[in-house]
Amino acid sequence: MPENHASDIRIGVFICHCGSNIAGYLDMEALADFAETRPHVVFVQRNLYTCSESGINEIKKGIQEQDLNRVVVASCTPRTHEPLFRSSCAEAGLNPYLFEMVNIRDQCSWVHMQEKTDATEKARELIGMGIAKAALLQPQEIILSEVQTRALVIGGGIAGLTASLSLARRGYEVVVVEKDQALGGMLNHLYKLGPQMQAAKELAAETVQKVNAHPKITVFTRAHVTQVKGFIGKFEVTVETQSGAKKIDIGIIIVATGAQPLVPEGLYGYDGKRTVTQFQLETMLAKGLDAAVRHVVMIQCVGSRNDERPFCAKICCQTAVKNAILIRRQYPETKVSILYRDMQMYGVENEAMFRDSKAAGVRYINYDPADPPQVKADKVGVYHPLLGRKMELAADLVVLSTPLLAREDAHETSQLLRVPVNENGFFLEGHVKLKPLDFATDGIFLCGSARFPANIREAVAQGLGAAARASIPLSKGSVEVEPIISVLADEDACRGCGLCVALCPYGALEVRQTEKGRKVHVINVACKGCGICAATCYQHALSINSFTDRQIEAQIDAFLTVHP
Amino acid sequence: MLDVGRHPNIDLLAYSEVQHIEGQAGNFKVTVRKKARYVDEDKCTGCGLCSEKCPTTVVDAFNEGLGMRRAVYAYFAQGIPSTRTIDPDHCRQLNGKKCGICQKVCQAGAIDYTQQDRLIELQVGAVIAAVGYDVFDPAQIAEYRYREIENVVTAIEFERLLSASGPTSGHVYRPSDLNAKAEIQVLEKQAAKSGRMLARFEKKYGRTSADFFMQYQAAPTDDADQEKWARVYQEDLARKERLAALNDAVKDAATAKRLAFIQCVGSRDFRFYPFCSGYCCMHSIKEAIIANEHEPQTVSTIFGMDIRAVGKGFEEYKIRGGNKSGITYVRGRVAEIIEGPGRNPVVVYEDTRTRSVKQEAFDLVILATACAPTRGIAELAATLNVALDDYGFIKTVPSAPVDTSMRGIFVCGCAGAPMDVPESVAQASSAAERAAEIIFQSDPVKEKAVA
Repeated sequence: MPENHASDIRIGVFICHCGSNIAGYLDMEALADFAETRPHVVFVQRNLYTCSESGINEIKKGIQEQDLNRVVVASCTPRTHEPLFRSSCAEAGLNPYLFEMVNIRDQCSWVHMQEKTDATEKARELIGMGIAKAALLQPQEIILSEVQTRALVIGGGIAGLTASLSLARRGYEVVVVEKDQALGGMLNHLYKLGPQMQAAKELAAETVQKVNAHPKITVFTRAHVTQVKGFIGKFEVTVETQSGAKKIDIGIIIVATGAQPLVPEGLYGYDGKRTVTQFQLETMLAKGLDAAVRHVVMIQCVGSRNDERPFCAKICCQTAVKNAILIRRQYPETKVSILYRDMQMYGVENEAMFRDSKAAGVRYINYDPADPPQVKADKVGVYHPLLGRKMELAADLVVLSTPLLAREDAHETSQLLRVPVNENGFFLEGHVKLKPLDFATDGIFLCGSARFPANIREAVAQGLGAAARASIPLSKGSVEVEPIISVLADEDACRGCGLCVALCPYGALEVRQTEKGRKVHVINVACKGCGICAATCYQHALSINSFTDRQIEAQIDAFLTVHP
Repeated sequence: MLDVGRHPNIDLLAYSEVQHIEGQAGNFKVTVRKKARYVDEDKCTGCGLCSEKCPTTVVDAFNEGLGMRRAVYAYFAQGIPSTRTIDPDHCRQLNGKKCGICQKVCQAGAIDYTQQDRLIELQVGAVIAAVGYDVFDPAQIAEYRYREIENVVTAIEFERLLSASGPTSGHVYRPSDLNAKAEIQVLEKQAAKSGRMLARFEKKYGRTSADFFMQYQAAPTDDADQEKWARVYQEDLARKERLAALNDAVKDAATAKRLAFIQCVGSRDFRFYPFCSGYCCMHSIKEAIIANEHEPQTVSTIFGMDIRAVGKGFEEYKIRGGNKSGITYVRGRVAEIIEGPGRNPVVVYEDTRTRSVKQEAFDLVILATACAPTRGIAELAATLNVALDDYGFIKTVPSAPVDTSMRGIFVCGCAGAPMDVPESVAQASSAAERAAEIIFQSDPVKEKAVA
C-alpha cells in the first residue's frame, strides 16, 4: 500500500455505546460532535454495540462506501476487542494496522461513573489523541519466519530425555547434548526412588534405551554446546562433540541441565566417611550398608535456609525420609533419627511416605537453627524441644541433607543462550506462575532441576510440558510475529554503540558491521515491541512501529489542543 | 481465560458436563450436556443490563456467600464467555411468576426463557480431566466452631474479603460487623414500614401509640384493628431494642488487624484427609502479606506444624513475610477456637517450641482448609473409566505423572493431587503433550497405560 499523503487521509470514527456501559455515563452526542471537528475525520458513527455483527458491518460499510483509510473505534479494551476490529478492517480490504482503538469504557465510564462531565471530557481527550495518532499510522505486514523442525535438548537427565522422547514421538528430530559420558543424569547416581522405591537405574536404563532406539533422536555424549546464534526457528548451534565441532540448524532449544548437590565442606564435621551427604548415602545403600552401622542420624537443611543460601531446596526432606525408610526396612536393627526444621513433605505422596516412615520407626526431632545439632565423635547432641532438654543420640553414621544447587556452568549456559538465571543461579522462567517452562526469549524452554530442584514426578511432568510448549512452533513450521516491533528507522543516526543490545530482554538486537560501519540490527522474529531500545537510543535511531515518536508527539499535541 | 475464549482452535463449552464416553485412545465419542442458560450466548454482548434490572437477589456463591447477586448473573466479573446465565432456581419468570424484565431490557434480544439443555456429541482423540478440587468444609471440625463463631472464616472467604472486586472492596471488615450491618439495614426498612403503620393508627384514633398500648394492656379488646395496632407497636419496640443493640455493637466496627491463620484444617488429619494439601502454607503467607499491604498495622500469626514454603522463592517469601509484613510463625497445632469478648475468636494452642499451652484473642481467624477431591469426581471417574487413588484423586504414577489408568485419558492440576499454580500450569502442558502424542499418532510404538 503506498504511503498516503496527508490530504488523502480519510478517518472514520466509530463510537460505541456498549449498551449503557458507556452511553449511561458519557455524553455520546458531544463525543460524536467533537470527533467530527477533528482533522481528516470524514465519517463518524455511533453504535449500540460496535462488536456486534451489525456494528462490524457498519465498519466494513464505512470503509467501502466512505473510502475510509483509517479507522478509530472508541469503545472498550483492546485486550478483548482489538483483534476483532482489526480483522474486520482487513476483511473490508484495509490494512489492519491502520486501525486505532480508544478505551472510553474502562478508562472513562467505568472509573468515573459519578462524574459525567469530567468523564466525557476525558473521553474527548482520548478520542482526539487516537484520531491524531491514526492519521500517522502506516500499514504493516505480519512477519512470518520459518521454523527448522529440529529440537536441541541440552542435558540428558530424566527431564531432558522425557522431553526428547515426547518430541520424537511427535515426529520431530531431536539432538540431545550431554556433557557426561552416559545419559541418565542424576538417576545414575541414585539408589531407589520414592515413593514407590523403584530402582533409579532401571528407570534410567529404560528411558535411555528408548532414547537410543528412537530413529528421530541423535545423542552426543561428552559434548558441549559452545555457540548459539540466531533466534526462534533459526538457531545455529555449534556442538563440540568427541568427533569434533558440529554446526547444527535448530528450531527450538530445551534447557534441561539439571542441578548438583552441595558438598558440605566444613559443616558438621563432614568427612565423606562417617559424616556423609544423602547423595553419598545413595551409593552406600546401593552397595549395602556396613553391618556395624546401628545408629544413623540425619540432619536437614545443611547449607540451605541460611543467610548464604536462603532457599529451601524442596526435595531434600523427601530424599531423607525415603532413605530412612529404606534403612529401616533393610536393616531393622539400625535406628534412624532425622533432625529437622520443617519436614517439607508436601502433597499426597510425600506425606504418605512421611507417615510410613514413622510407622517404620524413624524418629523425628525438631531443631532450632539458632541452636543447631552438635556432631561429636560417636554422638550427635541436640536440644529436644518437646522434652525441653539437651539429649545425645548415638551416631555411627551422620547423613547431611544438602541442597541441590544450580550447576557451576549454569551461568555460562545462560550467557550462551542469553537467558537469565535467578539470584541462586537457577534458570529464570518467563513468568513464575503462567510460563513456568518458557523463557522470556521465544524458542527456548526449560524443565527439571535446572529450573529448581525437582523430584521424578515433577521432572517428568516438566519434561513433557516443555516438549508441549516447544512443539507449538515446531508443529506450525513457522512463527507469526506482530509487526509492532522495533525498526532502525534512521540508519545514519545509529552509531553502533550497542547500548540497546545490552538492554534488550529478548536478545532481539545485535550490532552488525555494514558498509556504513557498525549498525544495530533488529531480529524481527525475536522482538516483542517493548520499546526499551527506542526509549534508550539517544540518537533516536530506533523506533517502534505504530508507536513512533511522531505519532506519540501528535497524540500529545492533540491533548494540548483539546485542553490548551 | 481470554486467550482460551478467543483461540480459533478452542471450542469452549462452559456450563456443561460430560455424560458419557465410549471408544478408545485416538477415537473417543463423548456426549456432553450443555445446560440451558436461558441466554443466547451468540447474541449476548455481556453488557450486564439484565443483571442490573433483575429484581431477584440471591446469595452470591462466587463471593462465598459474603455478598449478593441477581437471578440473571455472570458467575464472576471477568468470566469467559462473558455471557449471562439465568439461575432457574430463583428466576421469577422461570418459576411461573410475573416478570420478564430481563427480556424487556436486553437490547441484543438474547434472553430465551424456552431454552433447553442440549446434548452434544464430540469426536475426540484424547481427553484431559482438569476438574480441580473443592475446599474442605471446616464445619466438620467441631472444635474450630466454623459457622458458630462468625469471625472464623476460610482462606477462600478471606480471599474474597481481600479482593478489590469482592463484597467489601478489599477492606477486611469482620463478618460479625458485616452481618450486623446487613441486619440493621433489614430492620431499619421494617422499622420505617411499621412507623408508617403506627402513624396511620395514631392519626385515625388521635392518640399516641404508647398511650393506646398502656390502655390496651390494661383492658384488651377483640377489635381487630386495635389488636393489630398493639401487635405492630410491640414488634416495633422489640425491633428498636434490637437495633439499638446492633448499632451499639457496630459503632466501633473497624477492620480486622490481628489475624490468625490456622494451617492443616482438614489436611494432615487422620479424621479427614491424611495428606498435605501442599499450597496452603503459601496462601496463608500471601494473604497475611496482602492484608498487611492493605493496612500496615495488620499483624498475623500463622499456626502450623511445619511451614511448608517449598518452591522456587517460597522460603524467601516466607522470611520476608516475617520481617516486613508482621507475620509471626508459631509451631503448633491449634486445639480449639472459642469466642471471647467483642466477638473476638480466641485461639487455644500449644507452642511446641516453648512447651506451653496458650490462649490468644484475634480479630479474625482464617482457616487454611484442605484441598478436597471435587464433588462428582467419583461419577466422572466411572464415566471415564479411570482409577482413583485412596483419597479420591485421579490416580497417576510418578514416572507418568499425567497418565491415568485409561490410555488416551489424561489428568492435570488438582484433579490428580493438590498442587499450586506453577505446577498446575506445567502439568497442563504435560497433559497437552500426552494428548498431542495420541492425536497426531506419529509414533508407531504403542504404549500401555501405567497408572
